Amino acid sequence: MPVTDDPATTAALARFERAVAAETRIEPRDEMPDAYRATLVRQIAQHAHSEIIGMQPEANWITRAPSLRRKAILIAKVQDEAGHGLYLYGAAETLGVGRAELLDKLHTGRQKYSSIFNYPTLTWADVGAIGWLVDGAAITNQVPLCRCSYGPYARAMVRICKEESFHQRQGYELLHTLARGTAEQRAMAQDAVDRWWWPSLMMFGPPDGDSPRTERSVAWRIKRHTNDELRQRFVDICVPQAASLGLTLPDPALRFDEARGHWEFGAIDWDEFRAVLRGEGPCNEERLAQRRRAHEEGAWVREAAAAYAAKRGGRGGGEGEEVAA
Amino acid sequence: MGAGSASGTSGASGADWPLWEVFVRPRRGLAHTHAGSLHAPDAELALRNARDLFTRRGEGVSLWVVPAAAIAASSPDERDPFFAPAADKPYRHPTFYEVPDGVRHL
Repeated sequence: MPVTDDPATTAALARFERAVAAETRIEPRDEMPDAYRATLVRQIAQHAHSEIIGMQPEANWITRAPSLRRKAILIAKVQDEAGHGLYLYGAAETLGVGRAELLDKLHTGRQKYSSIFNYPTLTWADVGAIGWLVDGAAITNQVPLCRCSYGPYARAMVRICKEESFHQRQGYELLHTLARGTAEQRAMAQDAVDRWWWPSLMMFGPPDGDSPRTERSVAWRIKRHTNDELRQRFVDICVPQAASLGLTLPDPALRFDEARGHWEFGAIDWDEFRAVLRGEGPCNEERLAQRRRAHEEGAWVREAAAAYAAKRGGRGGGEGEEVAA
Repeated sequence: MGAGSASGTSGASGADWPLWEVFVRPRRGLAHTHAGSLHAPDAELALRNARDLFTRRGEGVSLWVVPAAAIAASSPDERDPFFAPAADKPYRHPTFYEVPDGVRHL
């Protein structure tokens, strides 16, 4: 937090900190420290980007879904992810940034998206593993965000969590079906879990000792728990769920610690995590290239829609468009 | 998502479509409530997108879309003076008036 001698700023900061401590939601027009605003813009925008990029690995299997039921479910799910992206861009915009500006930052690599979406979906079972593990990790992360100090973000998370929870169910059901199918189906389910387990644990971010922003985000009640706390909670939830699927988790170090009442798990490959964040994961280039292509090749359609709205005259609500008489 | 995003419309980028605030009246709801916001080139597409985005699971039976730029909001700085009169006029509240015990339907 910047040190300042300006009494007005100091008083405003004190008011803000009292409001946060009293669990009052901060709303768009309330005073807030610049660093709070900047942290939220970054976090909400990158959350939104993750929803949008996250459509790609799953959409990869829409045309190849093995039954009409599974295909309809997958289409609905990808549609939900698009909606989550829109809710989140809307929340970010209440902080005074434009969506076009945020998308530009995504396209030029100045803002990130979740590391998980840089992994490929190699088989149909990956769709199940994403639902169960990736959406499961997202829910563990996001449920506490429903109590985040910034009102618009908290409200977006309430809507999103409702939908994510049945995405997780559909993934679990998919894996459950495969795990009780033929030997090949079962092997495919196990292989998917083996490949997605560790990347899912990385979704919670770097360990607490190596997460410079955590302390301030917790103090400002943006984050309610540390990365390691949430990661532990996720492991504790997943171990019994894996057992009821009849599948194993790819971690020989996994054992229940009676004293702590938690599952101990093995070391995460942080070198891999950092490489993926640097853009060196298996699909980083492909994901961004696809997003940029969709944006660039769609430019004429967006322009046509804007021109049509302008021609019909003035129902567009301002923001620099031409109003035809 | 936020009410009050009127103050945060896309400043720097003129490239985006205008921002619209969306209000939904639930199936058995008495009034439209703010559901969120979206970008659309015109009112018609704003309505269609709002239908897909906010009423996909039977959330409502009526939609309003309003250009965010058309909304004026009260300022948080003057929250106290602006809304103060109610507090020092307790006779505006029904609990101000004493009613003898035993009087019914009042």
